[in-house]
Amino acid sequence: MARVEEAGDRDENKEEETSWWSPEAVEGGRGGEGPSGGSRGGGGGGGDGDGGRPDTQPQPPPPPPYSDQVLENVLENVLQFLVCRRDRNAASLVCRSWYRSEAQTRRELFVGNCYAVSPARALRRFCGARALVLKGRPRFADFNLFPLGWGARFSPWISAMASASPWLERVCLKRMTVSDADLAFLARSFPSFCDLTLICCDGFGTPGLAVIAELCRNLRVLDLIENDVEDEDEEVVDWISRFPETTTSLESLSFECVNCPVNFSALEALVARSPSLRRLRVNQNVSLGQLRRLMVRAPHLTHLGTGSFRSGIDEDLNATDLEQAFLASKSLICLSGFREVAPEYLLAVLPVCANLVSLNLSYAVITAEQLKPVMLECHNLRTFWVLDTVGDEGLRTVAKACKNLHELRVFPFEATEDSEGSVSDAGLVAISNGCRKLRSILFFCQRMTNAAVVTMSKNCPDLVVFRLCIMGRHRPDHVTGESMDEGFGAIVMNCKKLTRLAVSGLLTDKVFEYIATYGKLVRTLSVAFAGNTDLSLKYVLEGCHRLQKLEIRDSPFGDAGLLSGIHHYYNMRFLWMSSCKLSLNGCKEVAQRMPNLVVEVIGDRPKDLDSDTVEKLYLYRSLEGPRDDAPPFVSIL
Amino acid sequence: MESGLGLEATELRLGLPGAGGEGEGAKKRGYEETIDLKLQLQTPADVKELEEAADNMVKKTPSVKNVAQCGSIVEPEKPPASKAQVVGWPPVRSFRKSILSFHSDKGGSNMEDGEKSCNSMASFMKVSMDGAPYLRKVDLKMYKSYQELSMALQKMFGSFTNNGNCVSQGMSGKDFINESKVMNLLNRSEYVPTYEDKDGDWMLVGDVPWEMFVNSCKRLRIMKGSDAIGLAPRALEKCKNTS
Repeated sequence: MARVEEAGDRDENKEEETSWWSPEAVEGGRGGEGPSGGSRGGGGGGGDGDGGRPDTQPQPPPPPPYSDQVLENVLENVLQFLVCRRDRNAASLVCRSWYRSEAQTRRELFVGNCYAVSPARALRRFCGARALVLKGRPRFADFNLFPLGWGARFSPWISAMASASPWLERVCLKRMTVSDADLAFLARSFPSFCDLTLICCDGFGTPGLAVIAELCRNLRVLDLIENDVEDEDEEVVDWISRFPETTTSLESLSFECVNCPVNFSALEALVARSPSLRRLRVNQNVSLGQLRRLMVRAPHLTHLGTGSFRSGIDEDLNATDLEQAFLASKSLICLSGFREVAPEYLLAVLPVCANLVSLNLSYAVITAEQLKPVMLECHNLRTFWVLDTVGDEGLRTVAKACKNLHELRVFPFEATEDSEGSVSDAGLVAISNGCRKLRSILFFCQRMTNAAVVTMSKNCPDLVVFRLCIMGRHRPDHVTGESMDEGFGAIVMNCKKLTRLAVSGLLTDKVFEYIATYGKLVRTLSVAFAGNTDLSLKYVLEGCHRLQKLEIRDSPFGDAGLLSGIHHYYNMRFLWMSSCKLSLNGCKEVAQRMPNLVVEVIGDRPKDLDSDTVEKLYLYRSLEGPRDDAPPFVSIL
Repeated sequence: MESGLGLEATELRLGLPGAGGEGEGAKKRGYEETIDLKLQLQTPADVKELEEAADNMVKKTPSVKNVAQCGSIVEPEKPPASKAQVVGWPPVRSFRKSILSFHSDKGGSNMEDGEKSCNSMASFMKVSMDGAPYLRKVDLKMYKSYQELSMALQKMFGSFTNNGNCVSQGMSGKDFINESKVMNLLNRSEYVPTYEDKDGDWMLVGDVPWEMFVNSCKRLRIMKGSDAIGLAPRALEKCKNTS
């Protein structure tokens, strides 16, 4: 499976974003213990397989008690084959017996908002969990909109897990704060622990990594993706050297986000004694010559993050030698890295291009000409991330070569509002003409037209994710001067499978009317600098029945819009609104009317919380009520 | 990006759309709301003045409703001299923002000469304050002078100091030339801003010219005045050596 995309996104794209308890259960369970099969009419005296369904005929007498246990055993054996959490959620609602059996057999506990439920409650129900997948802060936290220290700490979860069961094997966290102490605790408390994936987290540094390396003897996966790794100079630890001297079970090691250099000879030795290693993604301190040596040690790699892709100082690297290394890596299907790419060496990857399923050149500052020879060989590419330096011309090459492309992300080289911008509507149209099977697109640009977006909506009807970021705020169609309403309208109209949408450019209330009318499957919506009045928010909250995550910034929506969502907030994971027109009274009203909703007002400093205008609002459903770890700049209404 | 724009420290800018000419039709939004910098640099007196100015701007421009109805291109106004940078926009993660500056450093030869400099890139610094329970991050590239930075820090940490002014007093660069004045300042102030530079030395903020500070600062710490006394002589030494 292509590894370039974030693991969390994969989940979202695949299935519905319901948390492990259903929204109906939340409302039914208000003030009670939480979701229970019983509240769904599960009938008395369990053991009754169809106790939840109404029956027009009189019920036969209930079977004797001992068959309950037999049934549950059978159920457990069957249910263990259910892996998808959506299926499990459904199964748990059938009746009490199924609820219990499902709870005991669920091995992966996924919590989409770590504050929606307490660790104790979650682990009480799912006592057999071997894997924890947790998400903390919402996505806007990545863009400096959340003050540091807001929360989403891993500590309470790992402590609760230690009390509940020693069998934890896997942890996957996204946007949480994990300390070195947490990592040490994790390494010490769970002898079977073997799989750690941290995405966009913070709070830890090389000392934490060192403990994991040293104590987790069965470690198979250590994937660090886009984390903010602390590297105070005095405290940098040579964590790579701390892996055991013996053969390791490592299958995947990713540390592209660790900024400090690693001990290369220790790394090389580690790779040499890790026969199961299939995925290796190194940081930008690893030079091209060093990379070649690593590749020689590990010719069976399937995923490779190439680090700098530039030869080091005093390194005399022969291009042929490098190409040989790629020739020998017959299993490579995913390439990333290229952090400081020296274009003259880029052609060395040609031998593997035909097999590539995923290619991430989003740090590679290259031109269309430099991209072309590589791109033309990548017939099987499904996922491609690139910098806009390749321009519309480069995108035309992509369109020509990658007929099976599913996901495209075009990032800006210069991420400011008034940069020149090298890609435009022309590139978007080219892509839509060539890559008809496109499912997911993220496109940063400075110039766009409605016509191009409409064309894409017609050429790529399979689109599930459409995220267009016109970097200049409120920028209209650069040819007609009109708003971008019609373009995005066409997307929701024609792309009937669309679940995730991000809008930009000059937009009026009209686009939200379109989204509400046609975007019935939309689960995640991202809005910035858009809309005219509260009508926009009202449309969306009333029309998008599947909406789970709504993030809004700098748009003129006020209390009336906010209140129009009261019927829907329990069905959502969260709502974020910043720099809108909300008032404290409006937010208080929502909090009052919805007891199972946590309504947080976040100020940049404690004084802000006294003002009547609300700068940042973050609300989410929760079984636990207000959290007790809120910092002083957060006020929970 | 021009420097020395002659901006008052208290200026707000409206988020006018469609900057960049090239024949783009720039439509105006009829927002009363102004898109201000995260800093909110104005004092209460200035806010009123600026709100009036903002109202005047808004009256001049047609509302979006009208524009949408007639569907024609409004004559573009000249865009403001430089666009205010808004926090977290465009929505790319900070490590992506540094690609440009990194690329310039390495002297990548594969781009044309017209490549812009990295002045516009974000430069996030951790700011801690002795006694405050949480860290903040600031983007130094958002400010153009010590004055602006000091006001922003005041806003962020204001609740922790009795005398909000002491932070800004500490930053009027010229004062540090006079050693005795420095000592007076440190004894008077509760809190003083300091920073760690690329060499790992802790310095008083305000020593060096702003640009040099932005390039050499690794992180900020607002410490108690009494703790900072030991820094003053070193800071002055460095200043003498570098000037």
